[in-house]
Amino acid sequence: MINALDPQNMNNFSEASVSVEIETEDMTLNIGPQHPSTHGVLRLVAKVDGEKVHDVKPVLGYMHRGYEKLAEVRTYPQITTLVNRIDWVAGFSNEIPFIAGAERLMEIEVPERAKHIRLILTEMARISSHFVFNGAYALEVGALTPIFYAMEDRERVLDLIESVTGGRFHPNFNRIGGVKPAAGAGPTSKKNIQDLPAGFYRDTKVAMEKVIEAADQFQNLIGGNEVFKKRTKNVGVLTAETAEAYGVSGPILRASGVKSDLRTQTDYLPYDQFDYDIPVGENGDCYDRWDVRVKEMVESAKIVLQAIDSMPSGPLQAKVPKVIKVPKGRTYVRAENPKGEMGYYIISDGGLGPYRLKVRTASFSNVSILPIMLEGALLPDLIAIMGSLDFVLGDVDR
Amino acid sequence: MTDVLIKVGFLAIAALNGAVIFTIMDVKGASWMQRRPGPLHVGLRGFIFPLAEILKFVQKEDIIPTEVDRPVFKWAPAYVMVSCVALFAVVPLSPTLVVADLELGVFFALAISSLGTIGVLTAGWSSANKYSLMGGLRAAGQLIAYELPLILAVVGVVIQAETMSLVGIVEKQIEWGVPFVVGGQIVGFLIFMVAATAEMMRVPFDMPIGESELTMGFMTEYSGIRFLIFYISEYMNMFILCAIASTLFLGGYHVPLLPTEWVNFYGPVVLITKTAILGFILVAVRWSQPRFREDQLQNLAWKILIPASLINILVTAIMKVGF
Repeated sequence: MINALDPQNMNNFSEASVSVEIETEDMTLNIGPQHPSTHGVLRLVAKVDGEKVHDVKPVLGYMHRGYEKLAEVRTYPQITTLVNRIDWVAGFSNEIPFIAGAERLMEIEVPERAKHIRLILTEMARISSHFVFNGAYALEVGALTPIFYAMEDRERVLDLIESVTGGRFHPNFNRIGGVKPAAGAGPTSKKNIQDLPAGFYRDTKVAMEKVIEAADQFQNLIGGNEVFKKRTKNVGVLTAETAEAYGVSGPILRASGVKSDLRTQTDYLPYDQFDYDIPVGENGDCYDRWDVRVKEMVESAKIVLQAIDSMPSGPLQAKVPKVIKVPKGRTYVRAENPKGEMGYYIISDGGLGPYRLKVRTASFSNVSILPIMLEGALLPDLIAIMGSLDFVLGDVDR
Repeated sequence: MTDVLIKVGFLAIAALNGAVIFTIMDVKGASWMQRRPGPLHVGLRGFIFPLAEILKFVQKEDIIPTEVDRPVFKWAPAYVMVSCVALFAVVPLSPTLVVADLELGVFFALAISSLGTIGVLTAGWSSANKYSLMGGLRAAGQLIAYELPLILAVVGVVIQAETMSLVGIVEKQIEWGVPFVVGGQIVGFLIFMVAATAEMMRVPFDMPIGESELTMGFMTEYSGIRFLIFYISEYMNMFILCAIASTLFLGGYHVPLLPTEWVNFYGPVVLITKTAILGFILVAVRWSQPRFREDQLQNLAWKILIPASLINILVTAIMKVGF
């Protein structure tokens, strides 16, 4: 029998009375595959305690289309049609590393003019991808208006891509050894190859100045908004070490303060001829990730303007055999895509198509960071963090 | 009996008209800011667009999921709408054009305006959907946080007017010659408008709906006519809270320098104009601001608005007694 009033037992008594706790169970919340903010069909299985999120598991594969396997039964020229559907927001960028890999195996030197046209269109694809991100991200933190402006501005860039290639999203414009004659150009003959449509330089200059203007507008209207800052600053901080350990690349890595850009590190396109900055963030939070992308749009527009001024003349196509057979060998080509590093590992056995094609996509590695970044976040922050990673499900699942 | 019927009919028509005016204003404001051709140019300069939207909802199937708590699920929208319509009863369009000039008009208005949240909470609970539930709980949290500043902001006006009747408050402002917002209640007015925005669940305080987070919050499972009722109630609520704000702070149906004997003729026009101006501000905010986070809203309410409104009451009381 314990006497509660005995001073010796008082301690035990008070301890016993505070150890009573209400047991609550976490709720499992399925975010996606059908959800307005998962950019397609990503599914997150989250354990939530009220608004707090613990233990997030991304479930992938709802959009797996088997492109790597399909590529094994296609010829090289046919595969460009497949690969520009991987990240459909920036279709043109996906073709470049694949074509560059095939060209490297065949040891073909691509004419300078073709390289310049490729570069211009790649940067335009980057701009259009970042426009989509800008509009969608504002939508995810609750601002409904910016997406209308972003889409309208993007349309101007897509119109230019269409005028050259004939397709807005899926250009299928690259050929091994060069590029296709433009859609708006007249009949091709050996003497008179009109590669770019009439008025392209003029329209591009106007459009790129509009892009710079639009980026400035975004900086003022979204970046300067107090509510937007409150929602994104110091939210979802990603340190450079964690980012590198998980293979995160592209604007997300740069926002964490790592100055890593494959455009300067590799030579798949002649970026070394142009003068541009690589925007880098400081804190690695959602605001920085947004900010880096807006600044990148301006830099891309500057690259395009310079490329137009210094456009070399010459042929569009190198000499290639009629039937394209890639010699036996293997190569890995990587490129800086709007979403991050994209790479193609091509193994050729000397046939019409690759023996095996491995695609390394940026979004897949970027999504792998989600469980770490979302640990302990609030539900609205989950959406803000997820949006700031800017992934496309086609790019995740292939 | 006829008297009551006329009054009820007036309420229904006034409430619906207010909602329609604000729907058109919201859609027009949105399309103007977002350069949307649909509501801006198509069909009578875009004015039939809201009509098309309403027709779309009416002809849609009214889906009731199998797992829901049927009676609660079915009645929740009606509950929200009734609380909005009932609010119209106390707002005076002129000294005589008022359905019920209650002695405790302000008290009635504040009490009824928070009833709608129960409808929202039941809608969220009965939907048998986790997103709906979170939306409903967020709405409840918001109600607790925002009802206090809303009431405390009005207390200043009540002290100054020495009455709780809405007609009495307007008459006091006519007597003073200036509306209360100029005569010392500017802080109260700002607090009231912020709290009212949270109360009607509009951007930047639309967390209970939060379409990018909770798909559509407590409305996720609703479709067809029931969704439409929620949709219209939102605008009714917006209209009526703006009307109450203009009655309490902006001089209601009267404008200084106009002859008071003609007030029955110009009163309704003046009140609706003031309401529309306030509504336009809400529309502009809605289409230009992102959404706050739930904890940021609670911080704003408990750490800034409630202390500010308490200080406002203190200052008003000192002025009242001292001068």
